[in-house]
Amino acid sequence: MNAELITFYILATLLIVSSLSVIFQRNPIYSALSLVAALFFVAVLFLTLQAPMLAILQILIYAGAIMVIFLFVIMLLNPDAREPRRFLWWGFGSLAAGILALELIALVIPRGAKVWSGGGAVGPDFGSPKKLAESLFTDFMLPFEVASVLLLVALIGIVVLAKREA
Amino acid sequence: MVDLMIIGAKVALVLFMVLNLAGIMGWVERKGSALIQDRIGANRASVFGFAGLGLVNTLLADPIKFLTKEDFIPPRGDRLLHTLAPCLALFPALVTFAVIPFGDVLIIGERTINLQVANINVGILYLFAFGSLGVYGIVIGAWASNNKFSLLGGIRGSAQMISYEIPLGLSIMGILMIYQTLEPQQIVRGQGALLWGWLPAWGIVLQPVAFFLFFTAAVAEAKRIPFDLPEGESELAAGFHTEYSGGKFLMFFTAEFAEMVTAAALITTLFFGGWQVPYLMGDGFHFPWGSTLPLPHLTVVVLQVAAFITKVFFFSWLFILLRWTVPRFRYDQVMRLGWKMLLPLSLVNLVVTAVVIVVWDF
Repeated sequence: MNAELITFYILATLLIVSSLSVIFQRNPIYSALSLVAALFFVAVLFLTLQAPMLAILQILIYAGAIMVIFLFVIMLLNPDAREPRRFLWWGFGSLAAGILALELIALVIPRGAKVWSGGGAVGPDFGSPKKLAESLFTDFMLPFEVASVLLLVALIGIVVLAKREA
Repeated sequence: MVDLMIIGAKVALVLFMVLNLAGIMGWVERKGSALIQDRIGANRASVFGFAGLGLVNTLLADPIKFLTKEDFIPPRGDRLLHTLAPCLALFPALVTFAVIPFGDVLIIGERTINLQVANINVGILYLFAFGSLGVYGIVIGAWASNNKFSLLGGIRGSAQMISYEIPLGLSIMGILMIYQTLEPQQIVRGQGALLWGWLPAWGIVLQPVAFFLFFTAAVAEAKRIPFDLPEGESELAAGFHTEYSGGKFLMFFTAEFAEMVTAAALITTLFFGGWQVPYLMGDGFHFPWGSTLPLPHLTVVVLQVAAFITKVFFFSWLFILLRWTVPRFRYDQVMRLGWKMLLPLSLVNLVVTAVVIVVWDF
């Protein structure tokens, strides 16, 4: 068992514990904070996979910006921490999660060991900003631009909806 | 083994530097505010009846007083998060310094030591990523206190820091494009070049607009007056740290000053040549009028580190001067400034810089 594998197991355990904590916490603030921790561990996982740029963006955008907005909204609405669970939603959520899990298994089983071994080790500059930018602005130019237009559309849509309410 | 020891020594040195600069700035703020308001300021602390060394005495007396006070947790607050919040506030302020270079390389025998704790290829983004986590300390502390004033301060803080992160990040894009790198050490090296043979190519010379945008956003991120709305003591008691006392308050206090020192170091690194001394090369001074002054390697390194610390100290002092000179903004003014002034200006700066680089081919 080498150091890399041990790091992975420690990280994976922390990640699973914090992810479970997102679901099982009664208090929404604790759930949100567990999600921050989970996102942070995912970032460290990226770091061990030679993708520093992705790791940093994960922290910068998800942990540093989006989750702050989540917390902001939770604090503004201040939901009662002892609110009873709605079992209809639980059923729906479990069903959706089950379907996704089945899909994952259906994807993994035919490929067998190939999924676990992956495409072999990548070089140290695999996830460097330069490599990432090169692939984004050459091979994946169209999806990249489409994604940015999609975000713009969502943004305009929110403004329109908010104006109508008022 | 020796490498590990060198890394350990660098980490210890940087933490020592940040925490001490933060402590010294705390004293400078008290004495500086007194100077501006025509008072004497902190002069009561004396060690064994010796009151002459104001700075040293205050540095010792402040923490001792804080640590011996009662640590109060509001009975209906959240004990765990109330304790966690000051740690979350202090952590980013201390770790961001890891990628800031405080000198060029130090050569001892055959060993070359890079005077920077961690040289990673996404250095600048690392700074922003961990800087953006600083807001959690405020938000969680505010919520865990179970106090309406605290909560208002926390909500203000989260909105303000999210808003100013955008111009903060966008304003330095021009710098990154000019020096063609994300590594702070390379940015500082790039600033050692001379324009027209005499003008150092510092960030302030090439990106003056970006400097003002970045400075404004950095003051807002450090929650200093005129952007100290999360505290706003005339409206919100003491804002997010109303319910904090003793050691935990000391941690918030240290975090604020450490953040200020980090912001000053960042301004120095990006816009004022970091450890560069004008005309000082690796082997001594090369003046533009042709004369040279050769210096031994160790002297050069000491001069560089001293230049870095002096610049950081200057900008920290500027933050303090600003605090005691201008009044606090109103909340809507802060939001308007961030979204309607700084954001468009930084976008314009970005586009103009890009066009200039493409047309003139820097």
